Amino acid sequence: MSKKETAAAAGTTADEFEDEEAREFSRRGFLKIAVGGAGVAYAGAIGYPIYRYLSTPVEKSAELAAVKEVVLPNADKLLKGSALMFKFGVRPSLLIHHADDSWIALSAVCTHMGCTVAFNPATAQIECHCHGGKYDAKTGENISGPPPKPLKKFDITVGQGSVTVRRA
Amino acid sequence: MSKTQDYIVERLGIGEVLAHARNKTVPKHEYSFWYYWGGISLFCFLVQLVSGILLLLYYRPGPEAYDSVRQITYETHFGWLIRSVHNWSASLFLASVFIHMFSVFFMKAYRSPREFGWFTGLGLLGIGMLFGFSGYLLPMDTLAYFATKVGLDIPSSIPIVGPPIANLIRGGLEVGEFTVQRFFTLHAVILPLLFLPLLGLHLWLVQKHGNAVPPGEETKPVAERKSIPFFPNFVAKDLAMWLITLNVIALLAALFPWQLGEMSDPLGSAPVGIHPEWYFMSQFQTLKVFGKLFPGYAGEALGMTLFTVGIALWALIPFYDIRGAASSRAKKATYFGIAVITFTIVMTVWGYLSV
Repeated sequence: MSKKETAAAAGTTADEFEDEEAREFSRRGFLKIAVGGAGVAYAGAIGYPIYRYLSTPVEKSAELAAVKEVVLPNADKLLKGSALMFKFGVRPSLLIHHADDSWIALSAVCTHMGCTVAFNPATAQIECHCHGGKYDAKTGENISGPPPKPLKKFDITVGQGSVTVRRA
Repeated sequence: MSKTQDYIVERLGIGEVLAHARNKTVPKHEYSFWYYWGGISLFCFLVQLVSGILLLLYYRPGPEAYDSVRQITYETHFGWLIRSVHNWSASLFLASVFIHMFSVFFMKAYRSPREFGWFTGLGLLGIGMLFGFSGYLLPMDTLAYFATKVGLDIPSSIPIVGPPIANLIRGGLEVGEFTVQRFFTLHAVILPLLFLPLLGLHLWLVQKHGNAVPPGEETKPVAERKSIPFFPNFVAKDLAMWLITLNVIALLAALFPWQLGEMSDPLGSAPVGIHPEWYFMSQFQTLKVFGKLFPGYAGEALGMTLFTVGIALWALIPFYDIRGAASSRAKKATYFGIAVITFTIVMTVWGYLSV
């Protein structure tokens, strides 16, 4: 700020306090800010606990959803050509043991509008009964109907006595 | 005023409301302070409404009641605060209603044309106490359990019809999960449904008849009486009282949070020094004293009769202390009020000293 500008700014302030009306205005302005500030502080002091209170189950659910790995005991004994529904964290998921002895684990949440999909052993496809979406059961690729994206795929390890499913 | 404001004000008829509010005045005299207590009661009720709705989101009546309150108090973020606010605000609600009632009584504001303000107010107090009684059981801890057990003993003492009525309220012969379910329905559905319209009527009557002035003020010529505009002057002061009340509730709730006792055990015996909340203390102590003076059923029957007669006289005071009647009636009414308030305070203090 140049010297001239500083002087000018100081001048306005002095004028303001000389002018009764302007002073009244600045007092009113101060009060407005003070009352507004107190109002915001109260709204925060009441709103924050209520927000946290309401969001407690959301936080718990998010914690559950954050799992990286799920162990499915005895899932290795799943018959060929059949599927098993399980929960990965909080989301429904699908473990399929194909007729050719290959395994795949996919999210069972349809990428269209979030319905839970089902494995159809007769057609070896995954179908969503809400809006008729179809997915390739070998890859999770969306093949017909409204789904815009393939189903999310998990990494799996088929072990002795269990199947371990991991976030890919 | 902006076009949008005009648009809304015109269509909702806000102008008429504001015009009514502008014409309304509140009398100003040495007892004006007591006018705030109805508003404070209303504010406490609003706090109860909001905190109660929040508790409804996690509370589960029935066999899980205790566990759900434990989760609210110790596991849910700020659940202890919401529950504590609900409990403290309940106490403050009843305290301010009592102050409001006694100030109305001594200002003789129940006189014509405000008799129905008095009756509806007593109705609201009665429902308020039922709110307190029914809400007290909901956590199902030891204290809640025995308070309800003892409380339901009172209707059972009415001859013949008493026990079946108490069993219906209790949902069985003993306090249990059905009792919680019933008390919950009472607390969260039936009582609000009764309270809200009665509150509406009470507030309408205040609008219709305006504030009463004490008899000393009434004798002054109208020109000498002072008043302040309802809006914005009185409303601003009322809101300031609400803010103070909010701060008091917040302080009490934060500094003295309500705890949860042991889970109630139907086979456990009552803990030593068990006593009801302060607003039931005078009745509790009276029954205890009468029980000692007149052993057996006589004591309880006598105590209950005393309460019934006392409450009836209290409620009917507008028909006795009529404006323009002999001044001895006005004096007797005042003495009656002093006797009631003294009795209540003495019994309450005595009750606390003897637990």
